[in-house]
Amino acid sequence: MHLDLDMGKYAVYVWGSYGASAVALVTLTLLSLRAQVRARKVLEALQKAAETL
Amino acid sequence: MITFLANPERFTALTRPLRPWLASLTGLLFATGLVLAFTSPEDYQQGDTVRIMYIHVPAAILGLSIYAAMGVASFFGLIFRHALADAAAKALAPIGAVLTLLALVTGALWGKPMWGTPWQWDGRMTSELVLFLFYVGYIALHASIDDEVRAAKMTAILALVGLVNLPIVHYSVVWWSGLHQANAVVTTHDIYLPLMVMLGAHISLVAWLFLIRLDSEILTRKYKALRARLSFN
Repeated sequence: MHLDLDMGKYAVYVWGSYGASAVALVTLTLLSLRAQVRARKVLEALQKAAETL
Repeated sequence: MITFLANPERFTALTRPLRPWLASLTGLLFATGLVLAFTSPEDYQQGDTVRIMYIHVPAAILGLSIYAAMGVASFFGLIFRHALADAAAKALAPIGAVLTLLALVTGALWGKPMWGTPWQWDGRMTSELVLFLFYVGYIALHASIDDEVRAAKMTAILALVGLVNLPIVHYSVVWWSGLHQANAVVTTHDIYLPLMVMLGAHISLVAWLFLIRLDSEILTRKYKALRARLSFN
C-alpha cells in the first residue's frame, strides 16, 4: 500500500476539491457545535431567571 | 414510532448517547477513506482526477437524499402537525446546501481538466444548481418569518414544491445529452472500496450534524418559549 500524494498536473484540481470540502465541512461542524452550545447556555440562563421569579 | 419520537424530550434522550459514537465513526471512516482514496490506483483515462470522485459522488448523493428527507419531514409537518418535523427539516437544510454546493464546486474542478470547461448548462448541472437554490430559498424563507408556525407552513410548501426537481436531477443524464456522464455502476474493487468508505463517512457526518443541529433547534425553541413566558409575567 503506497500513499500517493503527488497529483502531478492535476494537483490544483484534486487538492482544490479536497481543500474546499475540508473547509466547508469543518466550518459547518464548528458552526453547528457553536450554535448548540449557545442555545444550551441561553436556555440555562433563562431557566435560572425563571427559578428566581 | 414516528408519533413516539414526536416528543422532543424523548427524542433527545434517545439520540444523545448516539452522538459521540457517530462523531468517532465519522473520524474513523474519513481517516480510512482518505488513505484508501490516495492509495488506490489512478484511472487509466482520467489519471489522478478520479480521486475527486470520492468526495464529489457522496456530496451529490447526499445533497439529493437530504432534500428528499426534508420533503418527507415537511409532509409530516404540514399534514400531521408532527412536533419535530419542521425542526428536522430546518436542521437538515444547511447540511444539504453545503453538500450540494460541494457537489457543484468539486464537479467544476473535475470538469475543467476532463471536459475542458468547469460548467455547461446541461440537464444535470443546471438541475443541481436549481437544487442548491431551493436549499438557499428554504433557509432564507425560514429566516425571514418570525412566526414559527407560519414559517413552518410556508417552508414546508416550498420544500414539497422542490421535490419535483429531484427526479429531474437523477434522470437528467438519461433524458438529455450533455457533458456529465450517465449514472455509472463502479465494478472495480480498487475504486469501489474507497468510494463506499467515503460515502459511509459522509453519511455518518450528516447523521451526527443532523442530531447536533436538531438538538440546537429544540433548545432554541425551548428558550424562545421560556423567554416569551418570562416577558409575559
